Order: sequence, then C-alpha cells, then structure tokens
Amino acid sequence: MDNPLVSPELGLIFWTTLSFAILLFILKKFAWKPILGAITEREEGIKDALASAEKAKLEMENLTADNERILKEARAEREALLKEAREIKNKMISDAKDEAQIQAGKMIEQAKTAIESEKKAAMAELKNQVAELSVDIAEKVVRAELSNKDRQLKLVEDILEEATLN
Amino acid sequence: MNVYLHRILHKVFLIEKLMQINTFKTFLLSLFLTISFFGYAVEIKEGNIDKTEDEKPFNVKDLIFHHITDSHSFHVYGNTEDHFPKALTISLPVLLWTENGLVTFMSSEFHHDVEGKTIVERKGLKFINLHEKIYQLNDGVSVVEFDKQTHPTNAARPADFSITKNVFSMFLSMILLLFIFITAARSYKKSSSNMPSGIGKFMEPIIVFIRDEVAIPNIGEKKYEKYMPFLLTIFFFIWINNVMGLIPFFPFSSNLSGNISFTFTLATITFIITLFSSRKYYWKHILWMPGLPVPMKLFLMPIEIIGMFVKPIALMIRLFANITAGHVIILSLISLIFILNTIWVAPLSVLFSLFISVIEVLVVAIQAYIFTMLSALYFGQALEEEH
Repeated sequence: MDNPLVSPELGLIFWTTLSFAILLFILKKFAWKPILGAITEREEGIKDALASAEKAKLEMENLTADNERILKEARAEREALLKEAREIKNKMISDAKDEAQIQAGKMIEQAKTAIESEKKAAMAELKNQVAELSVDIAEKVVRAELSNKDRQLKLVEDILEEATLN
Repeated sequence: MNVYLHRILHKVFLIEKLMQINTFKTFLLSLFLTISFFGYAVEIKEGNIDKTEDEKPFNVKDLIFHHITDSHSFHVYGNTEDHFPKALTISLPVLLWTENGLVTFMSSEFHHDVEGKTIVERKGLKFINLHEKIYQLNDGVSVVEFDKQTHPTNAARPADFSITKNVFSMFLSMILLLFIFITAARSYKKSSSNMPSGIGKFMEPIIVFIRDEVAIPNIGEKKYEKYMPFLLTIFFFIWINNVMGLIPFFPFSSNLSGNISFTFTLATITFIITLFSSRKYYWKHILWMPGLPVPMKLFLMPIEIIGMFVKPIALMIRLFANITAGHVIILSLISLIFILNTIWVAPLSVLFSLFISVIEVLVVAIQAYIFTMLSALYFGQALEEEH
C-alpha cells in the first residue's frame, strides 16, 4: 500500500464519521424534518383543495341537472295540461254533436212513425169508403140488370159458357 | 416484477452513462500521460544540453499527487522559495495520539519540510513530516533513515487525527450545509402557506427529486421516510464536497470526495445501515437463493456473499475514482504548459480544462446522485419481503 491515493487514513476516517454523524443529526432535526414536513403538508393541502374543488364541481353539476330536470318536468306538465284541455274541448264538441244527431234522429223517427200511422189510418178509411161505394154501385147495377128477363138468361148462358170452356 | 425490470434498466442506463464519461476520461488521461512522458524525455534531453543546478526537470506526477492527496497545511498561492509574490500557506493543527498522550502543534513547525529533515519535539517525542505523513522517530534516533523503497526504517506512524486540508474542507462544507439548509427550513416557517423563499426555493426541487425519484421508487412508499434524512444528508454532503473540489482556490480546491478514506467511510455507513435494515428475505436471498435447484443454490451462495461486500466497495471506488480522475485530468492539462515548456500550448490547455471543468460540474452532481441512488437501492433490497 505504497500509493497514498488508495491507502485510507485513520484520521480522515475518524473526522468523516464524526462530521457525517453530526451533520446527519443536526440536519435531520433542524432541516429535513421541517422541510419535508412543510412539503408534505403543502402537498396534502393542494390535494385536499383539488378534491374539494372536484366535489364542488360535481355538486354544481348535480344542481344544474336538477334544475334542468325540474324545468323539463314543468314543461311536460304544462304540455300535458294543455293537451288534456284540448281533448276535453274536442270531446265536448263531439259529444254535443252526437247528442244533437241522436235527438234529431229520434225526432225524425217519431215524425216518420206518426206519418205512417196517419197514412195507414187514412188508407183504411179510404178502403172502407171504396168498399161501401162499390157495394152501392153493385146493388144499383144488379138491380138494373135483373129487371129484364132476357138479360137474366143471357147472363146465365154466359156464365155456363165460361164454365164449359174451363 | 415490473418494478424490478425498471430498476435494472435504470441501473444499466446509469452504468452506461457512467462508462461513457469514464471511457472519455480514460482516453484523455492516457493521451496526456503519453504526452507527459514525451515531455519528460524532452526535458531530460534539454537538461543534458545546458545543465544548471537550479533547474530540476518538471515532475508532473509529484505536482498532481501534491494536489490530490491530503496535506497538513493549506497552500494558498506562490511557491516556497523566496520569489515574489511570497508564498502563502495556512498552517493547520496537527493532533497526534501517542504513547505519551495527545500531542498537538501547528504544521508550520515543520517549515514546509516534507522530506523528514525538520524534527519537531513534543513531550519527549520526535516527529517528522515525510510526504505529508507524520512519523515518530524511534527512541534515541535523530536522523531518519530509509530502506531501498524509501520507507523509513527507524520511525513509525502515530495515530494521526490532525486537522488536515481535507478535514478543514469537510468542516467548511458542514458549515455551508448547515447554513444553507437551516436557512431553507426557516424560510418555510416564515411563510404562512408553507411556501419556501430564497435558498429554500432552490433546494426544494432537489429535495423533492431525492424523495420522488430516489427514495420512493427504490425503498417503497411505506418505508422510505425513515431513510430520507440519511439520503438527503449523504447526497448534499457528497455534492457540496465535489463542487468545492472543483473550485480551484482557497478555501476550496481540496480533493476530499476523491479521497479513499472519505468514500470508504460513507460506503461503510451505507453498508452498516443496509445490514441493520435487512429482513429475513435478504439473508435468504444471499445464503439459500429461493426457486433454484440445490447445486445452483450452493454455487450462488459464495457469489452472493462476495456481492454483499462488493456493493459498498464499488460505491467507495466509484466516487473516489471519478472525482480523482477529474482532478488529475484538469491538472494534467494545465501541466501540459510546463511539460512542453512553451506558453503557446496554454490556450489549448485552458480551453480543454474549461471543457473538462464543465463536464465535471455535471459529473460531480451525477456521482452524488448515483451514490445516493445506489444506497437507496441497497436499502430497498435489504427491506424486501418475500413475495
């Protein structure tokens, strides 16, 4: 170990050990702990702030979404109400129309029936009148016919002839 | 499984990146070493032509070694001769533990002598400075003697706890680190919303990077917090010392993080923490690899045991070699002027050393990052549970 470059010296080893130990002790207590503590604390603070900002953003989004939903619902409700009203109106009109139609139909029907029955009665009357008239006429004709003997014979002959032809 | 694959890919990527830088460095280093030998030859020839007693051949190895090894005094500027400007060297305390107890004196007592000629006597013991290593002369000896390999034969080294250039530099880095990070921590407290200001603003991204890119991916979300102080301290400690080594003037410029003792200590601390963090699965993985046939288990066991130690050793050598190589290259480039003995090479030297310095700024940060990341990776492996 002649080379002074690669032969360790006791004195320097001793002083290095001592210096490093002192340095480590003092720096640990007065520098590294406060500095690292402050850095960590600040980083935590930033992390917290970011997290709460994110949370606030989320809440805001929720709130907007809620508002949007409520507005939409209200709009839908109004639409529904309007639609219902329109339907009711239409129904009322159509109902009224139907009622009127039915009523009119009924009236026409009644009128028709009344006319029919009147007609029937009139027809029956007419038939009776015709029958009486016919009987009267027939009586008068028969009387006139049967007053002459020849004519009576002739009639019989005619009737017989008709019967033979049959 | 995916996380594993990612880790391995990440590692491979880093190693490749590292290799690229290293290959480039090695290339440059070998280039300049070749040139320096060539220069040596020229120097010696010239020396033969007009021989003057004062002019010694320029020794690039000694110069570089002087700059990258530790020393007992801090050389600020000038040389030790009496030329203008007069040399300025800060002398540093020497602390020795000997059989007579603690011995202390200032390094100026040696009067810049590193050849062992000046003897300092304290508590009845004689000390010499031999190439920045303090030796204690044996009893009754007044002149140091050497064997053929220039090892002293009649002196031994006492336990040397001196405040050397590197130790001084380390203390300075400690003061800077404490100042920077305590100021940063205070800036958090001042603000109401935990916002940093000033230097804290600059440091926070790096701290967060170590946490999010180093600690959490390697150790895991649940356990990383315990290791954060260590990882941050080691990262900034290595980085600041790397950067201080790049600044070429007093009170910086020492090669602390390129010193094997320094990297050895930090790697050992990482290793010890790894062992203390280890769970049952870590040892099972090393001693009796699950999911393999028995011969394979037996074959892998010694490899894994060696691997356990190789990891911190690699940490130690990687940091040491990278930082030292950076210093050596820059010094070699500057030395080129003196090796070739012409001012005309200066622009090229300065340009190249500027270029390398810029790369070094990147390398020193990457080295600190790699040391930290691998430490975190080893902790993560030690903490792994059976899955």
